Amino acid sequence: MKNTLFTIIIISAIIFGCSKKQENAQGAMASGDAAQKVYVAPGNYDEFYAFMSGGFSGQVSVYGLPSGRLFKVIPVFSVDAEKSYGFNEETKPLLETSFGFIPWDDAHHPELSQTEGVPDGRWLFINGNNTPRIARIDLSLFETVEIIEIPNSSGNHSSPFTTENTEYIVAGTRFSVPFPQKDVPIGDTKFDGTLSFIKVGKDGKMEIAFQILVPGFDYDLAHSGKGKSHGWVFFTCYNTEQKNTLKEVNASQNDKDFIAAVNWKKAEEYLKQGKAKEYPVSYKHNWLDEKSQVAKSEEIKTVKVLTPADCPGLIYYLPTPKSPHGVDVDPTGEYIVGAGKLSADMAVHSFDKLLKAIENKDFEKTINGIPVIKFDKVVAGMVTKTGLGPLHTEFDGKGYAYTSFFITSEIVKWKLGTWEVVDRIPTYYSIGHLMIPGGDSKKPWGKYVVALNKITKDRYLPTGPELAQSAQLIDISGDKMKLLLDFPTVGEPHYAQALPAELVKPKSKQFFNLKDNNHPYKTLSENETKVVRQGNVVRVYMTMIRSHFSPDNIEGIQVGDNVYFHVTNLEQDFDVPHGFAVLGATNAELLIMPGQTETFYWNPKKVGIYPFYCSDFCSALHQEMQGYIRVSPKGANVPLKWWVGEPSAKK
Amino acid sequence: MKKIKISQILFALGAIMLLLLFLSPIWSITLTAPQYPNGISMYIWINKITGDTESTLQNINILNHYIGMNFIEPDSIKELTYFPYVIISMSILGLIIAFIKKGWLKVSWVVIMIILAIAGIYDFYLWEYNYGHNLSPHAPIKIPDMVYQPPLFGEKMLLNFKSESYPYIGSLWFGLSIVFGLLSYIFYRKERKNVQ
Repeated sequence: MKNTLFTIIIISAIIFGCSKKQENAQGAMASGDAAQKVYVAPGNYDEFYAFMSGGFSGQVSVYGLPSGRLFKVIPVFSVDAEKSYGFNEETKPLLETSFGFIPWDDAHHPELSQTEGVPDGRWLFINGNNTPRIARIDLSLFETVEIIEIPNSSGNHSSPFTTENTEYIVAGTRFSVPFPQKDVPIGDTKFDGTLSFIKVGKDGKMEIAFQILVPGFDYDLAHSGKGKSHGWVFFTCYNTEQKNTLKEVNASQNDKDFIAAVNWKKAEEYLKQGKAKEYPVSYKHNWLDEKSQVAKSEEIKTVKVLTPADCPGLIYYLPTPKSPHGVDVDPTGEYIVGAGKLSADMAVHSFDKLLKAIENKDFEKTINGIPVIKFDKVVAGMVTKTGLGPLHTEFDGKGYAYTSFFITSEIVKWKLGTWEVVDRIPTYYSIGHLMIPGGDSKKPWGKYVVALNKITKDRYLPTGPELAQSAQLIDISGDKMKLLLDFPTVGEPHYAQALPAELVKPKSKQFFNLKDNNHPYKTLSENETKVVRQGNVVRVYMTMIRSHFSPDNIEGIQVGDNVYFHVTNLEQDFDVPHGFAVLGATNAELLIMPGQTETFYWNPKKVGIYPFYCSDFCSALHQEMQGYIRVSPKGANVPLKWWVGEPSAKK
Repeated sequence: MKKIKISQILFALGAIMLLLLFLSPIWSITLTAPQYPNGISMYIWINKITGDTESTLQNINILNHYIGMNFIEPDSIKELTYFPYVIISMSILGLIIAFIKKGWLKVSWVVIMIILAIAGIYDFYLWEYNYGHNLSPHAPIKIPDMVYQPPLFGEKMLLNFKSESYPYIGSLWFGLSIVFGLLSYIFYRKERKNVQ
């Protein structure tokens, strides 16, 4: 008996051991190949910059591909104490809205500026969904430089997709609201929707050119035409039932909803003809002045609105099954893919057929002056037997489309024109958006697709109930898709954009030239530092350079003073920021780049000696980079004095 | 009409070449450290000191202040004010001598040039010595017996910085100017023999 048991143990150990070894070997070979493809050796650079929306974090995160390394989190709609974004006096105006200062939003779709339908690396736009806004990030700074609020809107989800030469970026209402806003019963009231076209100037400055008043469906996503369909923008919409309660059921009743096709060149003509009506509104336009690095917030009080009934040919509805989510235009501009998220099949519309149907007036009906094109007159084909819950499609530029399927948790590769499915790969888990570098442009760099998953579960070491979000890098250079890498992301990435690093890297700014500093409270040398009192407002003109502040001793501040530290970093070298932090200050640190001036507001409430210091390790004498402020009682006769070095050296 | 001789052309070229010193630096000192993989370079001209960028001198001075070195302030270096006059004078003198048929004048010009070169290099050495040895007693970082004199020619480790000092294009023009002076003298001798 003993012997038998022993034998069994030995035999099973051998079998188990062998099979385990085999598994390991296969695993090592497979992962070794993948590891090589994503390995970027120390000191080497990634091939692509990827910009991922931070979703409910309100930020944008910058990753390298193929390594999946995180480079920077760019604060956009949410304050960021680390960078003093929304805390220093310079950036506070960026977050102003018609509702006041808002420290947060839900950021969804990053969109790179384009030239001739190709990402050009100038700017990145991203929408705020909750309080409708669009932000512009300057890609030489990787900082938010402009935010424009969208009036007459709510749930700005179908945004900010760009036209071929960044003539316009768009916005739409996923949550319809009364136009103009008013106090009405919710009940069965049918609210209104708007589609907004925001003009982008040569310098990037945004301006709301016009809005189109549309039936209050839920305008969900958008993409612009390109090539032959340049001049058009396509918006998906669901809830054509126009229900206001239990939408998960009530908004899912119609078999087909719509893709709205807007001819913006026609809109320009109507604008010229004076067909637009000016409506009184109030919204904020905020931007950072390049020379002073100080943001301004401006209130704008009118907006031009076009009504489809007055503007024939401006907009058409393309019936699309069922509650379509993504609308994606292939690189040639011919195919418009509508992903009916509650449908088993995907409809692909043809731009040529659309033009023909318009010409032949193949309309089934008209809604509020918007002709609805007959489905069979515009559809080019159906992609069938795919999966469940198609959401978004990107293109590789080689004739294939890649669609994400939320419910069946996979990416399906299919061929444009024949509509046949050629490959599929599971994602972990429940993919939302997917992104191929340039995959929504005229010339995709079709090497990888990134899956942006909605559910993480067990992919990483657990971190309590709240988990990191999960992205996956998949090789699409061959016939078969191959999973290469999992990497966690910040917030919830909705859409993402990527482009070759070479389009951005050479123009990345290293520091601000002190000579160009046009800040109203700049201090360009230590000789010019001073402290000025005007009533209870005290302005400290301070400089910082390795490894001291000037002045670093200040006396004569009183309890209740409104103290503004205007701190200029005098360094003129790459990667020498300095920080500024004061004991008990109720805001955040300053993090000042070389050549820049930033302002820190402080309202001391108690008497005492207050140390301040550099919070960014700057040099061998960083720990010595500190100073003191003496706060005396209100009305004390301690004179205003400041110095660095010896008290006798006081200016 | 007298024909212009090769010796005259060579000598004149040599004299004019000196003016190229105003177009390129004479010497360069490059500092490299792990934090400065591409190095920071300082260029010594006949009339100024420059760096890779406008802010290079400020950045070098910031590094130097930790060890108590004096700030490099081109305005306070008197050689940079009068060296340009010496060069311009030698150039004009050379142009005149080029067309005077006196061998000893040419030789003297070349000899003065060589003396100037040696004097210049010696002056540069003294300047480096002074910067490297004359340290503030209040320096935050003091390392016993450490001096920070950059090499005159070649490489040397100064704490975490590798310091490399080599002649730059300007020195080539100066050297060629001397060579042209000498060549001119040789041709001058030949031309004289031919005439005799």
